[in-house]
Amino acid sequence: MAGGGRSVKGLIETIAAFLIGDSQAERMVPPTGFTVRLTIVAAAAMAFLATFALAFSIATGTLADRWSTDLARTSTIRISAPETQMSAQVAAVLEVLRTTPGVQSSRLIELEEQQALLAPWFGDDLALDQLPLPQLIEVVETADGFDPQNLQLRLTAQAPGAAFDDHGRWQRPLVGAANRLRLVGWLAVGLIGVTLAVIVTLAAQSALAANHQVIQVMRLIGARDHYIAQAFVRRFTLRSILGALIGMGVGIVVLTLMPGAEDETGFLTGLRPTGNQWLMPLALPFLTGVIAFFATRRASRRALRELR
Amino acid sequence: MIEFQNVSYSYGGATLLNNVSMALPQGSFHFLTGPSGAGKTTLIKMCYAELQPTQGTVRVFGRDTSALGRDEVSFLRRNIGVVHQDCQFLDHLTVAENVALPLTVAGSTNVRTDGNMEELLAWVGLKHVEDAFPPSLSGGERQRAALARALIGAPDCILADEPTGNVDWDMSKRLMQLLVELNRMGKTVLMATHDMALIRSMKSDVQARVLRIQEKQLWLAGADL
Repeated sequence: MAGGGRSVKGLIETIAAFLIGDSQAERMVPPTGFTVRLTIVAAAAMAFLATFALAFSIATGTLADRWSTDLARTSTIRISAPETQMSAQVAAVLEVLRTTPGVQSSRLIELEEQQALLAPWFGDDLALDQLPLPQLIEVVETADGFDPQNLQLRLTAQAPGAAFDDHGRWQRPLVGAANRLRLVGWLAVGLIGVTLAVIVTLAAQSALAANHQVIQVMRLIGARDHYIAQAFVRRFTLRSILGALIGMGVGIVVLTLMPGAEDETGFLTGLRPTGNQWLMPLALPFLTGVIAFFATRRASRRALRELR
Repeated sequence: MIEFQNVSYSYGGATLLNNVSMALPQGSFHFLTGPSGAGKTTLIKMCYAELQPTQGTVRVFGRDTSALGRDEVSFLRRNIGVVHQDCQFLDHLTVAENVALPLTVAGSTNVRTDGNMEELLAWVGLKHVEDAFPPSLSGGERQRAALARALIGAPDCILADEPTGNVDWDMSKRLMQLLVELNRMGKTVLMATHDMALIRSMKSDVQARVLRIQEKQLWLAGADL
């Protein structure tokens, strides 16, 4: 318990010293070198990838939410009947819906609207009036909903050509897939974080080994290991944040060139964040800093222990 | 101030020091002599807890060095100035910044505004190279810079391990004069050297004792030079 207390106290001291800053301590570490450049490049590359993974996760999440909420309370009734019976069956279905508890509203989907729905597949010049299309009725349910089986039975009795489609048949697997993709996106962000931690750890270990003489000199003149570690932690954390800012900046620029959710004709629609979603990538440099801080801190403490 | 009680030191199965005892009182000046590889550097390293005895006790400022934690060793070293033959510097820092390092790590100085720093650099004759980088210094300048770094924290004790090993006779005498001057200020000085001529040349300048390491043991080779 006491050891844990000391550990927490040491951590708080380290973070406070880091935030307050000691440019003199940081100067102890030679300013140039392969490891410093490696850290910046790795952090930039990881932040760039993380920006995209994040955007991907946001986009799939938005898609899943939209499919879940927008379509969850709507359903469609399709009426296929001879032309002479169509009007009567439509009227019968509308009457059934009007008297069904849980139905908030229903409306007939007009020919023009059907044309607009089919246009992406068949083109704008399709003559729908020459095709034997079914008549569609959109049903919006209340928050409590209705009993679909009971509705189907009533529809069958009143309008034999009516078929009830609650969208769940195709909606549920799509929402499931979108949610799994969102999870994959977050998993990718996590793996990128782990990879960054590994790279920064290796770079810090390499720097500590290369600067063995610096450590010897600092110990000789009375520097505490905490002070020496802080010098390396500060150097690598700040370089990682710099790299992450660069990677995130480039990533955001590229994201602005991606198709947005409003571009409905695009295949990968909604990859470009909207509104407050743009703020999420801004967290990446901070997260990178946190990862680099703890990775370097752990690596430097271990290295200094081994150098005794 | 520094006390060895029946100290032995072995490394890799070989014994370097065997049952060594000595006491360096405050304000004393001691030379430590002996052939190369006799264990002079080992003994000095035990004085600032870089090495720990395999047997016996080393006490510095009254504290058993084997009982000190890592941070306590750091604080102990802030009161001991160490000068090595191969004086190590941080080559990307200027001479002034290197000299100020002990104060920097203790968080108590601003290199550019510290008056003592200016005086010290002038005293060791390095004012003209304070903004130079260590690789550009001569051997003598490096030794004087190392001495200045050892002194900036106003330590009570100076440990010098062959500080004249890489410099000519005149510079050796100059460095010795600086050490003698420090001793007159009350500092305890332990200087390892195998240069007996240098020791003899200081006979009229300092009341010093000569300790000799021979056959893994410490002998009093001479007193009141």
